Amino acid sequence: MSSTGIRLLMALFIVIGTFRMTSAQEKNKIPPTRTTLSRPDFSLPEWDQLVRVVLLRDYNTRVVLVGTVLLGVCSGVIGTFLLLRGRAMAGDVISHSALPGLAIAFLVGEAIDPGAGRVTSTLLIGAVISSLIGMGCANLVRRFTKLKEETVLAIVLSLFFGFGAMLLSIVQQIPSAQLAGLQNYIFGKAASMVYDDVVLIGVSAGIVVLLALLFFKELVILCFDEDFAETQGWPTKRLDLLLMGLVVCVTVIGLQSAGLLLVVALMMTPSAAARFWTDRIGWLTLTSAILGGASCYLGVLLSALFPRMATGAVIVLMGSLFFFVSLLLGLRRGLFWKWWHAIQLRQRVERADLLRACYEAAESLSISQENSGQPRELIDVVITVPQLLAYRNWSERRWNRLLTKAVGHELIVSLPDGGYRLTQGAIAESRRIVRNHRLWEMYLIHYADVAPSHVDRGADWIEHVLAPDVVDELTRLLNEPRDVVNVPESPHPLQPEMTGGGREER
Amino acid sequence: MVAEFWTYLSDWSSFDTWIVVTAALSAMACALPGCFLVLRRQSLLGDVLSHTVLLGIVLGFLGSHALLVGGWILPSSYPAIQKAAIFAGAIIIGMITAVLADAVKRIGRTESSAALGVVYTTLFAAGLLLIRLAADHIHIDADCVLFGMEETAVLDTVGTTGIPRSAIVNGGMLLVNGLLVLLFFKELRLSSFDPQLADTLGLRPGVINMVLLIATSATLVAAFESVGNILVIAMLIVPPATAFLLSDRLPFMVLWSLFLAGFCAIFGHIFALTVPPILFSRMGWPEVDGARTAGMMASVAGICFFGALLFSPRKGVLSKLFYHWQLQLRFIAEDVLGTIYRSQETREPPSKQALVFDPSLRWKQRLLTMWALVRMKQLGLVVQQQGEVLLTAKGTSLAEAIVRSHRLWESYMARHLQLPDVHLHATAEWVEHYLDPALREALESELDRPQSDPQGKQIPAEPVE
Repeated sequence: MSSTGIRLLMALFIVIGTFRMTSAQEKNKIPPTRTTLSRPDFSLPEWDQLVRVVLLRDYNTRVVLVGTVLLGVCSGVIGTFLLLRGRAMAGDVISHSALPGLAIAFLVGEAIDPGAGRVTSTLLIGAVISSLIGMGCANLVRRFTKLKEETVLAIVLSLFFGFGAMLLSIVQQIPSAQLAGLQNYIFGKAASMVYDDVVLIGVSAGIVVLLALLFFKELVILCFDEDFAETQGWPTKRLDLLLMGLVVCVTVIGLQSAGLLLVVALMMTPSAAARFWTDRIGWLTLTSAILGGASCYLGVLLSALFPRMATGAVIVLMGSLFFFVSLLLGLRRGLFWKWWHAIQLRQRVERADLLRACYEAAESLSISQENSGQPRELIDVVITVPQLLAYRNWSERRWNRLLTKAVGHELIVSLPDGGYRLTQGAIAESRRIVRNHRLWEMYLIHYADVAPSHVDRGADWIEHVLAPDVVDELTRLLNEPRDVVNVPESPHPLQPEMTGGGREER
Repeated sequence: MVAEFWTYLSDWSSFDTWIVVTAALSAMACALPGCFLVLRRQSLLGDVLSHTVLLGIVLGFLGSHALLVGGWILPSSYPAIQKAAIFAGAIIIGMITAVLADAVKRIGRTESSAALGVVYTTLFAAGLLLIRLAADHIHIDADCVLFGMEETAVLDTVGTTGIPRSAIVNGGMLLVNGLLVLLFFKELRLSSFDPQLADTLGLRPGVINMVLLIATSATLVAAFESVGNILVIAMLIVPPATAFLLSDRLPFMVLWSLFLAGFCAIFGHIFALTVPPILFSRMGWPEVDGARTAGMMASVAGICFFGALLFSPRKGVLSKLFYHWQLQLRFIAEDVLGTIYRSQETREPPSKQALVFDPSLRWKQRLLTMWALVRMKQLGLVVQQQGEVLLTAKGTSLAEAIVRSHRLWESYMARHLQLPDVHLHATAEWVEHYLDPALREALESELDRPQSDPQGKQIPAEPVE
């Protein structure tokens, strides 16, 4: 799929998204009538509300914001390792398999002491245990069967989630279950966060990040080259367990705000986005943490400003927005910069090709005129487009376009009669290019036993990337003068159109 | 407890029957494409699709509703157009998921599971958000999409026949999938097992992949509407994976997975009605009266999967352990026979204690040795006389075969691999268990019928059966 297609798709999503946001704002107390969609009375949040939310005047917003941003930062850090280890979907399995743990923890808690099942920490301990069991199951199944990794993950995910859903449907029939808000853990409900939850998140996030930083070197080596780590004597099995344990922690503390269906996105998306910005692991972790925190921040703000925006989903969509923006604009691997570099390279190559064709045309004209008794300098030779056509397989229109551009760059001078003359600077530059080209051709003929009629094509490619030291080496090998002014003669007849071989357009 | 079981089942009505039929049809419809997803290593894509088609469904709902509100369609044709829009939306979103994940992977050079994950969470989050935002306009809410409303879906019947609409839709989907599988069986099989070969034969695996994707998305929507997301996720992959453990041939795998899907539906519903009330009334929650069928079906599928994992005749953990144990026992028995034979050659036969408490053995091997001695005595290979273990005629011929294999292999290695003598014994100790009469004969003629091995010990003649 082309990059244009991606951009179109994104635009489509954004348009649809804004359309839905705008049209769904009006909430009617009366049952929906047929006319609701036809009159979208979208209203931006009031100025007061905007100020209150953005400046964090609300205690509740402040609490939720601190909690989720801490979560975003620590999941960004852990996500980096998960991504580099290629285990992104394993995180998804871990989060899905937390569901039965929540239900069972509630049941056990209620059975021991009515009311104990509703405490957040009881539920989260259940989630941790069941996530660990899910992970262990995946490992066991992988070890004992020939099923592929993906299949094993899919099986464990669906079985645990299905089992959890079954338990949940039972638990919901118990009257006290409504108070526990187990539903919130599936879809996430950051708004239900209270001060104690934030303390819990803060402490666990701190511990997780601290552990990740303490074992930074070990985790990096595990992610990049497990076999090497093993030969160096690192306990890779235990390190892997540590990483997965950290993932479980992040998942579980993220359940409340993002929900178990989407919490994996908090780990996966910021790190995948950060990958477009840097190649260094330290920066990658930092960028990922910042992006994670930022998407949580924006998500919470947006969902506080607009009614009925599910916080978890908005956070995830903000992360995705960062991801797609990074995909397009990322400094290291973003599409825009790739495209930009490709254009730059193309222009450089085009300019070199143009100069060489002009130089060769002028050169052969000056030789033929020399033979007829009028010695001419290259700078005096007048070349015309029909003559140039023979030197490179470009259309006449393209020649005209490029020549006009070259006139603008003061490489050639346009003469009133339609001819062109190379300028002094262009001759110097093209000498270097033509010399590189011919040196490489001679090298191919002498050292690679390539027939003279076949060397042009290869040299046409390589001339743009010959480094000065390679050129020096070539002159030494071929016993040519090191002087750039001395352009060796072409080892094969120029004007290949006439000799049969073509210089093709790239 | 059995009586209690039947009490809960006693008010089984025609609705229950239809729930089972609908669930079975949708599970079977899911299992068909699931088989090929498992084989093609696309299970996660199936999982992901079952999340993202949510967005397609919501968009279909909203699109058809917008058409209705805008006056583009008649209210009378609204239900039909809504259904069509939902199917179309889900199929399009399914394709977008796959294409977008592939594009992110290739263009952004993101690692493949991360690409899939990013795309899937984005689309799913968008779906959830839309549901929440548009909840006023459409009769859809996240809970019912996720967990299904099988119990109410069967109330929506066609005309006066009493057949639920969802049963017909899912049955139709099963039929379509079945026809597709039958028609393109050869192509599906080849492109699943060897895509490169399929490509060179001109079978266009890309097209087959797309068709499979479309069929999966359509099946997911059909099942989604009636039985919810959970069931879809579980039924797409788990029955085929279970079938994979139970069979070695594709046609049997497909049949097994269909059978398992039906099995899960029947027992899922029965257990959903009975097990929770039985268990929970004892735990002090008498108000519990049954679980969601979809969740229970997933649990039954899980039981089937782990059952197959343990007990499958060829790929199961237990059969593998049993085979391994038998092999170990045979090796130990053969080693014991060889030891007795060797000591009979030189000196007195060994005592049982000497055999069992050989210092080179570990404890597990000592236990196995004891067990092997008992078995061999039963089979009449050895007899015990005054604490000494003696070979019978039958035992002697077996032991000769072992010792002969051992010494022939030592001679062979000494001649052809130029190994020093100290290295010969350990390898021969392994290889002796694998040599059959034909190989021994070949070894002997290769070595010009030697009388003794490199240590000068006599090589026994081939025992006569």
